[in-house]
Order: sequence, then structure tokens, then C-alpha cells
Amino acid sequence: MDLFEYQGKQYFARYGISVSAGGVADAVEDAVAQADAAGYPVVVKAQVQVGGRGKAGGIKLAANADEVREHAGNILGLDIKGHVVRRLWVEHASDIAEEYYASFTLDRSAKKHLAMVSAKGGVEIETVAEEDPTAIAKMHVDPVDGLTEADARKLVEEAGLNPKAHDGAVEILLNLWRCYTEGDADLVEINPLILTPEGTVHALDAKVSLDDNAAFRHPEWEEFAGVAQIDPREAMAKAKGLQYVGLDGDVGIIANGAGLAMSTCDVVNQVGGSPANFLDIGGGASADVMAGALEVINADAAVKSIFINIFGGITKGEDVANGIVQALGRVDIKAPIVIRLDGTNAEQGREILKSYESDKLISVPTMVGAAEKAVSLAGGN
Amino acid sequence: MSIFVNKDTKVIVQGITGSQGRFYALRNRDYGTQVVGGVSPKKAGEDVEGIPVFATVAEAKEATGATVSMILVPAPFAQAAVLEAADAGIELIVPLTEGIPAQDEALFYNRVKRNHPNARILGPNCPGLVTIGECNIGFIPAEVALPGEVGIVSRSGTLTYQALKELGEKGIGVSTCVGIGGDPVPGTSFIDCLSAFEKDPATKAVIMFGEIGGSAEEEAAEFIAKEMSKPVVAYVAGVTAPPGRKMGHAGAIISGSKGTAQAKMDALTAAGVRVGLNPTEAGDLMAEVVKGL
Repeated sequence: MDLFEYQGKQYFARYGISVSAGGVADAVEDAVAQADAAGYPVVVKAQVQVGGRGKAGGIKLAANADEVREHAGNILGLDIKGHVVRRLWVEHASDIAEEYYASFTLDRSAKKHLAMVSAKGGVEIETVAEEDPTAIAKMHVDPVDGLTEADARKLVEEAGLNPKAHDGAVEILLNLWRCYTEGDADLVEINPLILTPEGTVHALDAKVSLDDNAAFRHPEWEEFAGVAQIDPREAMAKAKGLQYVGLDGDVGIIANGAGLAMSTCDVVNQVGGSPANFLDIGGGASADVMAGALEVINADAAVKSIFINIFGGITKGEDVANGIVQALGRVDIKAPIVIRLDGTNAEQGREILKSYESDKLISVPTMVGAAEKAVSLAGGN
Repeated sequence: MSIFVNKDTKVIVQGITGSQGRFYALRNRDYGTQVVGGVSPKKAGEDVEGIPVFATVAEAKEATGATVSMILVPAPFAQAAVLEAADAGIELIVPLTEGIPAQDEALFYNRVKRNHPNARILGPNCPGLVTIGECNIGFIPAEVALPGEVGIVSRSGTLTYQALKELGEKGIGVSTCVGIGGDPVPGTSFIDCLSAFEKDPATKAVIMFGEIGGSAEEEAAEFIAKEMSKPVVAYVAGVTAPPGRKMGHAGAIISGSKGTAQAKMDALTAAGVRVGLNPTEAGDLMAEVVKGL
């Protein structure tokens, strides 16, 4: 789960990472109230989960209430690369002497955590990495040892931060490490991390991505869950406990297992079609799960045909077939369905489906053959 | 011959009295696997259809001589279960559990590696492994597979089954089939499996099924180019996956320009691997390879 900037800052604050005074606003007058509380001048920032907010006019400095009103009015409702701004973060503007970068994430190749610190902050770290890779100090952190104060000091020295910033940056790195590990994040990033003319160091932005698998030990995450911007199809699938990703095509996909679901999308694409979604119903394929999956696909107006691709491993073919039949009784499906049923007891399963077959329910034994059928029914190729 | 497990391998099941643990312990035993014990602290002294249940892994190992543990405990308890198995001297630890926090995976992987350098973790969140006709540990439905000369290694569960099926339909036999799992910190990598297959005299060729995310396939390609004499056929799932979206598996996400299926296929092709565009095509390519052996 990716957090918005304001949520990331709230999460940072839990771990003692210093951020600017500020607050959230969903309307122009709320923004003025938050600005009054934070103290002028303020920065009005669009809350969208996409890069390039500044260039798109989503971040503005305001010296007084009238300017806050003007900027908040312009930014609310602004479309930034397809993300419409519904919420603002208004914070006291900081005087900036220097801008740095700091982050922790998992390096999957090394199977260790990776700390990165750079004296070149305020721009995308990928750009720094390309243009001046030596400007980034990197360190692998073994999870068994954790980040020590000596490690943090080595990082800020190697990155070439201003000596005035060293103590403040070390303290922030140690807190950011706790936020990353105890806070169960996949990524924590501060860009920019600033040094003020007074010599204090604090986080001017916050990028936090939480590990959904750790939700069981973070009841406090519930406040973040409701406001994430997601596709309505994805919200519906999530409510049913299904793994769903919306795509742009017209062939609805239902498969069991993430790898098979991805592969199904690929095969549809290879035979000249375009998948409408990725949907993994997981290991089992009970009638409830199948009905839920069909409801989600059915709610997508773009879907012209549905390809159900099930490899019955543990789940037996007859159970899958019965699940589909029961699901069809519960949901009025608009698009024709092509089923490829394979694996354990697949023949028994296909036998059950036989009496229900029609031009709206077609069984094809192979994955490629079924994909071709589904694509032709969708009108492609 | 085979890799990692064979007919003599003795297996215990951590979490054997849970519904999944019980189901797969019995299913694996039916396959012929030596499931010699289980662990469940509150049910010690009981048995699951004749499989004795112990309070700790150490007791189970002491009593049975098991060298492998299959773990089917809920995600919040998986870290403790893996560490207990390693501390008890288990050589191959197979956590099948899905949904383990990445911080836990990173921690137990590194702790086991440091304290027990000879122990191997397969998974977590993997379908397990099977040496055909000898030993099946985990979820893989291998009843119809034939024993033979092709090794299988795959990141995804159902695609592992698909790989077995593609080969089975063509009458191609399999030595060992390993599902390494799609999580961010897999204990066993493609390279570990490729290296073991290269050394296994019974394996003559290898088929690998990868997917988007990370750089495991690229690293495998580098290894194949440098170290492998046996032919390799590959398939990579997720050509149509959009960047920045997790495709079910925690590990299956394209970050920036990295981790795309195309980049992985290109790296594999450059390493001399024959790459199929879908599982069926990969099976056809392997049929050609086997014909030439």
C-alpha cells in the first residue's frame, strides 16, 4: 500500500522524524484554516501518488490567506497525469539551505536492505543514479545487525553532506530505519531531506510504501486504507478478497495462481487480443470465489468475452466445474465465457460442464486454443 | 538421481495438526514421501493417521532422523518456525506459508545463513518440490508426471503444474521439479537449482519458468552462460503486466525500467537459452531439445 505524502509524514512523525507543521485540507477554506495554524508563508501541495507534481502546478507557495485561496482553488480538481487532486497538504514553508536524499528499501538480489543517501536531493534519484552515480552513498544493511549509528555516520560522510547537517541526518537515518523495519515498509524515501539556514535537518517530503502482508500487526494502518485512490473494479475485487489489477482491454481474465493469471494475459495478447484485467482467484475455486470473480468481471462494461483458465492442482476438476455452474446460477453474465479446465480430474470437470455448454459457455481444452476462442468472441483478430 | 530430495528423504511437517498441514502431510505420504513426524506444541504425543506429533522440531528430529521440514503454519508464526527448524539442525526448510511480511523473510533468511550456513530454505510462499516417483513435499500435483531426465524450476505455483503438464503430454520425463516461490526473499534461487541440476547426472536438460519483477532471471542467464553445459529452455510470464503494479505475487512487480519480461527474455536468449513465448511453446522447445539428447 502506497501512502500519500501527508500519510507518510504522519507515519514519519510516529517514529520521531521531524517534518514541517501542517495539515490536510479537502476544501479551499480548510486550506486557509490549516495555513493560519501552520504560520505563513505556507506551501500548498496536491496529494496524488504520481511524480512530477511541481511541474504540473500541484505545489505552490503562498504568502497569505488570499494566495492560499487562489492556489487551493486551482489545485483541487487538477488532473495530474490522470490523477485528480481531491486533497491538499498545507505546511509551513521551510527556508532551504541544501537539499539531500535518503531512503531504505530491500535489495532483492543481495537479500539485504539497501540504504541510500545523497547530497543531491530534490531531483529524482534515478536521474542522479544515471548522471552522477558517485553522488549516491550506498550501504547494504544486514537485517540481523540492523543499522548502527556508526553506519549512519559513515553514510552521511560518504554522501558528502554538509558537516553542519551530519548530526541531524544521522538521527533522521536511525529513525527512518526504525520506520522502515518496525513500521514494515517496503520503501521509505525522503526527497528532499533539507538543511535549513539555522542548521536543522528535516523531511520535506515523504514516500512510504507499506507491506500489506504485515497488516496483521499494524492495526493503526486502518486509517490509511479507506482513502487510497483505486480503480472501482479493484475496490470491488478487494472487498471480495481477490487479487485484481485493471487493464485496458476487452477480454476478462479469471485464473488460479498469479503466474498462470499473468501467463493467461500474455497468451491473450499473443493471439491478437487485449486483456481487460489480471484476476487471480488463488488456490481453491469454490462456487463463492468463482461467483465473486464473475461479478467483478461482469461489472466491467469494457469486457466482451471472459476467459476462465483453471489448472486444478489440489482443487479437483469436478469441484471447479460445479463452482462455475453454481456461480452462473447466481450471476447473470453478459459476455460469453470460454473455459479451459485442466489438471486433476479435468475430464470429470469438463463432463459436468458439457450439459451447460452453449454459445455463451464454451469449453476448450488447451490454453492457447481457449485464448484464441475468447479473443475471437471479443471481436478481435 | 535427482536434486535436494529422494526416496530416502525423511520429512517432518511443522503445523501438521492444522487443516492444511494435515491435508498435505497425508497427501505427500500417499505419494510415497517418508513423512515421519509432525510438530504441534499443544498436540504432542498424539498422531495424525499414524504420523507421530512432537512438541518441538528438535524432539521430532531426534526421534525420526528427519532432515527436511515442511512448514504450514500461519504467516505471523512462520519466522519462529523457520528459525526453530534451522536451530534444530534441519537441512532443508520448506516454508509453504504465503503472506509472510518481507521484513521477516529478510531477517530469517540472513539469520539462518549466518548461523547455519549449510541449511537451505526453499520458499517461502512456494509450492514445494518433487522428485518424481520418490518424494513430494508440498502442493505440486505430480501423480501423472513420469520420471525422467528434465529438471524443472519455476517461480510460480500453477505455472509449475503447467510445466509438468506440458512435458507430461509430450511423454517427457522429469527428474526433480522445484517451485522456488514468488516472494521478495526466496531462500533458494534459480541459480541454486540450475547449479544443482548441472551437477546431477540424471538431469540432462532444464526448463525454467520465470516471471516479471526483480532480476533473478537475468542473474540466472548470466550463470547459464558461464557455468552450464546442459541445455536450458525458458518461459517468462508477465509480458502484458503494467509497470508499478503487483501481479499477485509480492515479488512480481516491474519497478521503473527494471524487471520487465522482455528484458528477462532478452537476457536469457543472449545466454543461449531457448525461450518460448508461452508455456506450450516452451514445452515444444523442450521436446526438440530432448529429441537431440
